[in-house]
Amino acid sequence: MRADCSIMPVDHQTVDALGWVALAQRLHEQGARLLTLWGCDTRPARGGFTLFACWLGAESLTLAQLDLAPGVTHYPGLHERFPVAERLQRAVRDLLGLQALGMDPRPWLRHTAWPPDVYPLRHDAAPPAPCGPPEAERYAFVPVEGEGVHEIAVGPVHAGVIEPGQFRFSVVGEKILRLEQRLGFTHKGVEKRFEQLGLREGVRLAARLSGDSAAANAWAYCMALETLADVRVPPRALHLRALLLERERLANHLGDIGAIGNDGGFGFALAQFSRLKEDLLRLNARVFGARYPFDAIQPGGVASDVGAAAADMLRAQAAVLQAEVDRLKTILDQHEGLQERFKTTGRVRPETARALGMLGLAARASGQALDLRVLPGCAPYARHQVKLALAMDGDVAARVAVRFAEVFESLRLCRELLDTLPTGAVRVELGDGIAPGLALGMVEGWRGPAFIALHSTPGGRIARCHPHDPSWQNWPALEWAVPQDIVPDFPLINKSFNLSYSGHDG
Amino acid sequence: MWKTLRQIARVGRISEPGNSDRAAVQAGVNPQIRAELLRILGRALAVRVVDAGSCNGCELEISALSNPYFNLEGLGLQFVASPRHADLLLVTGPVSRHMELALRRTFDAMPAPRLVVAVGDCAANCGVFGAGYAGCGRVADVLPVDVTVTGCPPAPADVLAGILQAVQRRV
Repeated sequence: MRADCSIMPVDHQTVDALGWVALAQRLHEQGARLLTLWGCDTRPARGGFTLFACWLGAESLTLAQLDLAPGVTHYPGLHERFPVAERLQRAVRDLLGLQALGMDPRPWLRHTAWPPDVYPLRHDAAPPAPCGPPEAERYAFVPVEGEGVHEIAVGPVHAGVIEPGQFRFSVVGEKILRLEQRLGFTHKGVEKRFEQLGLREGVRLAARLSGDSAAANAWAYCMALETLADVRVPPRALHLRALLLERERLANHLGDIGAIGNDGGFGFALAQFSRLKEDLLRLNARVFGARYPFDAIQPGGVASDVGAAAADMLRAQAAVLQAEVDRLKTILDQHEGLQERFKTTGRVRPETARALGMLGLAARASGQALDLRVLPGCAPYARHQVKLALAMDGDVAARVAVRFAEVFESLRLCRELLDTLPTGAVRVELGDGIAPGLALGMVEGWRGPAFIALHSTPGGRIARCHPHDPSWQNWPALEWAVPQDIVPDFPLINKSFNLSYSGHDG
Repeated sequence: MWKTLRQIARVGRISEPGNSDRAAVQAGVNPQIRAELLRILGRALAVRVVDAGSCNGCELEISALSNPYFNLEGLGLQFVASPRHADLLLVTGPVSRHMELALRRTFDAMPAPRLVVAVGDCAANCGVFGAGYAGCGRVADVLPVDVTVTGCPPAPADVLAGILQAVQRRV
């Protein structure tokens, strides 16, 4: 059975261990990016585990399927060619007990919540023990030695209103020599949770993988489910999904540009941009029934239609935001003190971005021309000629420039999507006969591609669902961005990426 | 510089003092709570936020309280960076097992009397995530909760109402 994806062709290859290595080498030479890696406990069906790796190439996805023989729990590691595999392999080991040869032995998603010999995604995993007294974890951070080197331990609870995670800085004076992250604090076991849900229910969880990317993840989930169900979403529904996705992009970019300005010492930016974001959320509440319409995207279409009066309000707001952001951009661009803080700070050079396989806006700010919305098969965007935002410097200034360019492009798209809104239904029913199989969904969210691999059972339930947040690719890039910068610039650099903890931790 | 000043003048004052009054009515507390708060504490109410495993949706709405419309600080409430400075703890998310210790330690570091407000459906009842191998339940299973605010995510005005309700219980 071959996997499918509705926006890109999928080259699905079943390989053995040698073929796995050869394929990885070939894809590396072709410049493909490793998107994600996941495993399934297929022992009940065929005796051994199955491993999947998915690469994103220029015009297609390559899905490698490695069917391990019964009793085999080792496979060749991919981390030497694809750095993102390093943490992904540790996650696969923590959740499923499959070891990549040559992998980092330290746990990643597992801290103390379950014992090291329990693998929650195995069907025969022992039921979870009741919560005992919580234990502290002793994680082996890599020490940096030398005269005058000391460490700053940050987290998991951070100073602001943000998600939890640990950062260990090795510094000399105020200069950062090394940053090492310890994530997994918000691990909720979503992949296991998916297996308890029906295919139609799953979208509710998908929308909550990372609250700031609800539209992206819900759409990606629905895309996979609709492929399995062999259903075509009505054109009007696709336009409305794109409208929701662009408004999600706008809300995040507006909020983040303001917060980045604030971290650069310019409180005016936070006040102004958070005002614009609030305007956008309030109109969401009027048009879509919620400030954050988590459940607006549903299997088969969208939950509710947008009437003519609502469309007028959305268009009018796009025009107002265009003028407001234009004015504010001039102010930020001409603020020398702020630009001094932005330029050369937190730099990831294009060659590093390429080697790390970075994704999304942070990758585009480091010269990686990759945006799923420009793909010829990406409905409904293909007709609207999305202009890809690109910058080469890879610093905070570049990430701000890309965000501004994407704000203006999203505003244009919002207006155009409304002007060309097709007539007709906004939802079709998914029939009962959803075939067992595997489908992939992928949507360019504001942070980067949101990816969902959905395996269905013959009974119309979720056999396995593996979501992947682009933060997996970009968290390691943040470690590369900060050395040689000073500790006080870390919040600014971090905010310019604004990566998801929940989306990563799963 | 003049462009910045002109923009400030153009926007003017947009904070909505009515928000706190409406929130007070919604919470069933005396709209004079702000004056009460200042009279008793003699300063702003200090609020610490801990994400104990949320999807980050609740954080977005808590952050919105700081925007110029809600103008939280203008109401006499302030987010603080240390639990040792805090009167009230806002907790979001189903409590993940990996965050339980940090959450307990944060609470333990707060001086008494201290208030806890559980924010969002997950904090209230684990929401869509349930409590599997990685969760240890709702916030009330870990800490003594004074007020629970439901919603996915709850609107900023609801969070504000929850805070006022918790304060009203103690003043």
